[in-house]
Amino acid sequence: MKRAGFANPWLPILLLVPQLTIIAVFFYWPAAHAIQSSFFLQDPFGFGSTFVGLENYADLLGNKEYLKVAGFTVVFTLLVTFLSLGLALLLAVKADNVIRGAKTYRTLLMWVYAVAPPVAGFIGILMFDQSTGPLTAFFQSLGWDFKLGVVYSDTAFAMVTVSVWKQVPVNFIFFLSGLHSIPVAVREAALIDNRSASGRFWDVTFPLLAPTGFFLLITNITYALFDTFGVIDTLVKGEPGNNPMNLVYKVYVDGFRGNDLGGSSAQSVILMVLVLALTVFQFRLVERRIHYT
Amino acid sequence: MASVILNNLKKTYPNGFQAVHGADFTIRDGEFIVLVGPSGCGKSTLLRMIAGLEDISEGTLSIDGQVVNTIDPADRDIAMVFQNYALYPHMSVAKNMAYGLKNRKISKAEIEKLVARAAQVLNLTEMLDRKPSQLSGGQRQRVAMGRAIVRNPKLFLFDEPLSNLDAKLRGQMRIEIRRLQRELGVTSVYVTHDQVEAMTMADRIVVLNGGRIEQIGTPAEIYHRPASTFVASFMGAPPMNLLAATAAENGAVSLGQDIQVAAGADLAAGRKVTFGLRPEDVALVAEGGIPFDVQIVEELGANRLLHGQVAAQPFTVSVPKDNPATTGRNQLLVRPETVHLFADGVGARI
Ligand SMILES: Nc1ncnc2c1ncn2[C@@H]1O[C@H](COP(=O)(O)OP(=O)(O)OP(=O)(O)O)[C@@H](O)[C@H]1O
Ligand SMILES: [Mg+2]
Repeated sequence: MKRAGFANPWLPILLLVPQLTIIAVFFYWPAAHAIQSSFFLQDPFGFGSTFVGLENYADLLGNKEYLKVAGFTVVFTLLVTFLSLGLALLLAVKADNVIRGAKTYRTLLMWVYAVAPPVAGFIGILMFDQSTGPLTAFFQSLGWDFKLGVVYSDTAFAMVTVSVWKQVPVNFIFFLSGLHSIPVAVREAALIDNRSASGRFWDVTFPLLAPTGFFLLITNITYALFDTFGVIDTLVKGEPGNNPMNLVYKVYVDGFRGNDLGGSSAQSVILMVLVLALTVFQFRLVERRIHYT
Repeated sequence: MASVILNNLKKTYPNGFQAVHGADFTIRDGEFIVLVGPSGCGKSTLLRMIAGLEDISEGTLSIDGQVVNTIDPADRDIAMVFQNYALYPHMSVAKNMAYGLKNRKISKAEIEKLVARAAQVLNLTEMLDRKPSQLSGGQRQRVAMGRAIVRNPKLFLFDEPLSNLDAKLRGQMRIEIRRLQRELGVTSVYVTHDQVEAMTMADRIVVLNGGRIEQIGTPAEIYHRPASTFVASFMGAPPMNLLAATAAENGAVSLGQDIQVAAGADLAAGRKVTFGLRPEDVALVAEGGIPFDVQIVEELGANRLLHGQVAAQPFTVSVPKDNPATTGRNQLLVRPETVHLFADGVGARI
């Protein structure tokens, strides 16, 4: 292969500058700032700050409230991740079976799924609306006095449901394309070797979906940890009260509502470390192991 | 081991394209049948109908006396070797071979024994723990073979299993597959578009063209008595020379205004025919033959190909390596018993 080169060594650097600037301004600078302020105690009125070393971190780890949120975050993340992945995989496999050959139908279906996520999230929230939501009405007709934003477990239920609802379409598309990347002949060989459809799925299809699956696992964990902020915010309507929230939302609540910039910075630093760990995990273990070709 | 009866099998794809127009023949127990024909003629379609991977649109298929039209591939007791091997990429060689057995409720100890034996036959013992991605093309091909033979099925199906190998390996595997099939005695259907494979491996060849069967016969029958101009030009390398001709008096045919060849034919004078002659069936003579203008001499080592014209139509002759060959005007000796005549138009043998 021919390697393209630049005659002027400054040109590639010039071309990289916009990208690097954006990363520096919107990522490294705030991150550095967060790390720095996590070692300080801010005056609530913004008049000054005192260096307190690791005290912010120590406070967090001894704080019952923080540990409770951390616990909820773990449960919430696990539920959202596994439900989104499981449902999407089920739908993709079923769709793939039905649709073999019927191209237009598949395109239509994919289309709906591709358009859906942002809209779906919004609709999901409307469904749980306390006064007009059909789901709320439905639960109440079943005798479940569903109270969004009042009862802790009810709010948690709605959070998980809407977050899953919003993520399933994305996963579905990835799984469907993952299914299509399995060579037809391999599936046919399995058809000859194993008469049981579920056996073929677990022995051949599922392992061959592993690269897609692990990629989605990481993105879904990230999604459940960070990108559900909007869902949580809409559901608790900015009134944290006794409501469940995850760690990211707590950073916002403590920092911007409670004006505890030092403590909330310490929380963000902990989250940054978490992301770093996830990324390392992805590159080290997953990317290296799960490729067959 | 089983016989297979194809009773007027037809295939129309959902888009309305008819890929197979009535395949009607019987495969005898232990026979090695080769389906051959140009690309797109329906070979794979026919094979996949036998495997159960493609629905049968019309007609019945029986394996071992049982109609299997609606029976799942896994229950037909067949094994198939695919063109790109279709190995399970996440399983080791041993697991690839064992998978079909495992699902047929065979005991672990028995599976191990069978896999070990198949691996030994195919020289794969060293590689049982490797993944397919760690094997060469030829080794993968052997694993695919192993996956088929380890099951000892009623029927082997091969879809161009050697087309991804280099010429030398292809030659070796050709012999290997044939030897294994003889030893095991498993009825086999083998698809290829390579006429050398067809000739060397088959007990009987089925020549397909555009979804229709042109001829079924032993390699010798196909070579010596091709049923149509299509078979004549498809089987044999270089292909048979086919010239437009007209029947003349006394069983001769005339190729041009003043070229007459004795052909032992009994045809009404003046009838238009196609005159066929294999390149290796003619000899060069010093004089008294028909004129042959050679334009190009192709050196092949064991023999030479002379390309030129007879009666202003393209013609090729193959001569043994020590025959002198020159471009320019040559004379050809045609023996009447080597002449093939075909009806003009439809191309059926006369
Ligand atoms: N799913 C399908 N839908 C419609 N037409 C098809 C389908 N599969 C194959 N065909 C057509 O049927 C014909 C026969 O196909 P087939 O694959 O059997 O050919 P083949 O003889 O195996 O060719 P090759 O040597 O290239 O493998 C071709 O013209 C092909 O275009
Ligand atoms: Mg084919």
